[in-house]
Amino acid sequence: MKKVLTGNFAAAYGATAAKVDVVSAYPITPQTTIVEILSEIVADGLLDADFIKVESEHSAMAACIGAQAVGARTFTATSAQGLALMHEMLHWAARGRLPIVMANVNRAMAPGWSIWADVTDSVAQRDTGWMQVYCENNQEVFDTILMSYKVGEYEDVLLPTLVNLDAFFLSHTSQVVDLYDEKTIDAFLPEYNPKIKLDVKDPRSFGALTSPEHYYEFSYKMQIAQENARSRIKEVSAEFEKRFGRKYDLIEAYRCEDAETVLVDYGTIAGTAKDAVDRMRDRGERVGALKIRYLRPFPVKEVCRILNSARQVGVIDRAISFGHEGPFFTEVKAAMYGSQIPIWGFLAGLGGRDVSIADIESVVTHMKQNEPSNIIWIGVKK
Amino acid sequence: MVKKKNSEVIVIEKADDMPPMPASMGSMRHNKTASWRSIRPIILEEKCKRCMICWKFCPEPAIFPTDPPAIDYEYCKGCGICIEECPFDAIVSEKEGK
Ligand code: SF4
Ligand code: SF4
Repeated sequence: MKKVLTGNFAAAYGATAAKVDVVSAYPITPQTTIVEILSEIVADGLLDADFIKVESEHSAMAACIGAQAVGARTFTATSAQGLALMHEMLHWAARGRLPIVMANVNRAMAPGWSIWADVTDSVAQRDTGWMQVYCENNQEVFDTILMSYKVGEYEDVLLPTLVNLDAFFLSHTSQVVDLYDEKTIDAFLPEYNPKIKLDVKDPRSFGALTSPEHYYEFSYKMQIAQENARSRIKEVSAEFEKRFGRKYDLIEAYRCEDAETVLVDYGTIAGTAKDAVDRMRDRGERVGALKIRYLRPFPVKEVCRILNSARQVGVIDRAISFGHEGPFFTEVKAAMYGSQIPIWGFLAGLGGRDVSIADIESVVTHMKQNEPSNIIWIGVKK
Repeated sequence: MVKKKNSEVIVIEKADDMPPMPASMGSMRHNKTASWRSIRPIILEEKCKRCMICWKFCPEPAIFPTDPPAIDYEYCKGCGICIEECPFDAIVSEKEGK
């Protein structure tokens, strides 16, 4: 069944289709309509789930952790400052190996108070151990929520996923989303049934004092899980394509095969970049775009495979690590370490400023006329 | 899964033998918290009214609701909560290792 939905509806419907058992949320700003929609779905009896209302985002994540630990499938959503308040609990969820899925509407961090797109909120949670996906459109939001439960729940992964969608450009923009029927989705996503859980019949203590004797090994196992996730993501994407007909991967290369210039992007900028690439291709310029879907696990090999055949690379970031450069630019450069291919670091659209096709074309023009540099502010009013 | 039981303490040698998350390999029975104790609570049978308030408050829990209540000295960590909560001053403390 196809519907015209905003990104927030697509996220809420994704959680509904995944038949989550528990939704916990704090309802006040910076919360979005995602949990409001879910509360209605639960109240209407369309989803057999418990909706736990809590007093903060920190508690929302804590409630998800508790519920997931007994074997429930859980979901929550947040944004910007709310995600920041969850920070401590994000570590508890990941190191507790609880495959929670959370939608995060990427909004700029305050001050100044903002409800517009910027990925600083999620990038700041990079090292919590969560997998992180950045979506380009509302269909991808819906699909990614389903795939994230499947990937995260594998015994050799057991990791939570943050599904990111740009504020307004997705959260409040309506697009056609194919929701599929219950049977097809249930066949794709089996019930969650973890081997180790809080169970009175098999008493254990979770997250207790861990000495240096064991902590190191738990960290080692987290890294192995992230590495396993890389192949599980590919596997699950392939199965998803077979069942639903849409192709996903760790990355998406658009017209990169013979491209001399490759633009690296993520989120909604990736969609605009495709249009910009088409325009430049029409003018005979050999330009391609590489969309990074996963910040963690970072697709090092996949990124290198595409970029190694380019002559020059430009990375467009919708966030900055103050005192350094764009966060994805750092990742791409590190992945490309040892390569002689020049890489430019561009900043665009921070705080929800529009990034137009012309802006993206200006990136390529800049690369033609200038030596590589790490911080180029597109459209800043200097 | 390799589990070596060495006087009831489970010894895990390799990452592969560990669960994915820091979860105990069994119940907290193996975690004998008595080793921390510096004071020992002692229930005075003649003063005790069997109200079981100590049993409710012991956080371990290391008190059995028997007649009179009995303290499990393998797990009592000597926090003194039972001493504080007993309304009849029926629990006294003694310094450990005296
Ligand atoms: S001292 Fe603390 S642990 Fe020991 S019996 Fe009393 S309440 Fe329980
Ligand atoms: S609280 Fe005091 S009186 Fe009550 S059962 Fe315990 S020791 Fe006895």
